[in-house]
Formats: sequence, structure tokens, C-alpha cells
Amino acid sequence: MIRSELIQKIADENPHLYQRDVERIVNTIFEEIIDAMARGDRVELRGFGAFSVKKRDARTGRNPRTGETVEVEEKHVPFFKTGKLLRDRLNGREE
Amino acid sequence: MSENTLTRMDLSEAVFREVGLSRNESAQLVESVLDSISEALVRGETVKISSFGTFSVRDKAARVGRNPKTGEEVPISPRRVLSFRPSHLMKDRVAAGNKS
Repeated sequence: MIRSELIQKIADENPHLYQRDVERIVNTIFEEIIDAMARGDRVELRGFGAFSVKKRDARTGRNPRTGETVEVEEKHVPFFKTGKLLRDRLNGREE
Repeated sequence: MSENTLTRMDLSEAVFREVGLSRNESAQLVESVLDSISEALVRGETVKISSFGTFSVRDKAARVGRNPKTGEEVPISPRRVLSFRPSHLMKDRVAAGNKS
């Protein structure tokens, strides 16, 4: 499933809404999650999962092609942990 | 890092502000989006949201695990796990926003 198919599905389920509003709704949700993580916040969606930011320490890396060492700065990366309910559903166990 | 936690409520509040539906309907739509993604994943589909990231389901083989406390061997049955791969845009924005 891709973004446009998700939008189409929500539009089909909500025939009273304009397609462009459904697009804005779906985009707002994803945008809001990214904005939160860009501020260093967590987004916890019970049953689905939680988006958070993890810190990666600075390290000395190596260019695998040339073997040259490079200093890699500390950075923050997005992380997702699957919620318990979804994990169970993936394995055929409902509530 | 002063860390806040957002929930479904914050997402529906954002939808409410952005689109001007009722708070109740905004909350229902957030739920529908999460449900639709979950259902696709349960069917084994990959969910690819451009400029956000990709959720995919992977099969893990059975293996023998060990209780780290007691050293006891425990069988781990085969299972399906979800992995999320953030888009470049998400990675860039998270890295830029949290730069010290």
C-alpha cells in the first residue's frame, strides 16, 4: 500500500468528505509525527507503536572503499517500536 | 533534550485545526488511518508512505533463545515482525531538528 492508496481508502470510507480534505488529513498526520520528532519529542500511538528519536554518538568511521578514517559527528535518528497489539495481530493473535 | 510525548489526541487536534472537522470526527479519521495501515500489514503488505517511511513485515525463523538470567534454553517460535525504515526526508529533518 502506498500513500495515494491509503488516501483513496479513507476517501472511500468517508464519501461525505472531499478528496482534497482527505489528502490534507492524511498528510497532516504524517507531517505532525515528523515535526514532533524534529523537536525531539516522542509520538506514542497505543496499540500501533511509538516513534522516538535516538542519539547516535560521534564515532570514527572508515570509508569502506579507501580505508580512510573519517570523523562522524553525533547525530539523532528516528526510531519506531511496534506496539504490542499490532505485534500480536501480525502473529494472528487478536486482543 | 526536553522530551514531550504526543498521542492520538495531539494528532487529531492537528487534523481538527488543519481541516476544520469536528474534534470527534478528526479523532475517528486518525484512527481510520492507523487501522488501514495495520490491516495492510496484517495482510502481509508493505506500506510505503512517500517522504515518511516504509513499514514492512518480515518473517523470523524459529531459534533457540536463552534466558539471560538463568541461562536456561527456551525455544522461540517463528514469528512475523514489523520493521520501519524512515525516509531520507524524515532522517534529515530529525537530524537537523535535534542538532546540538
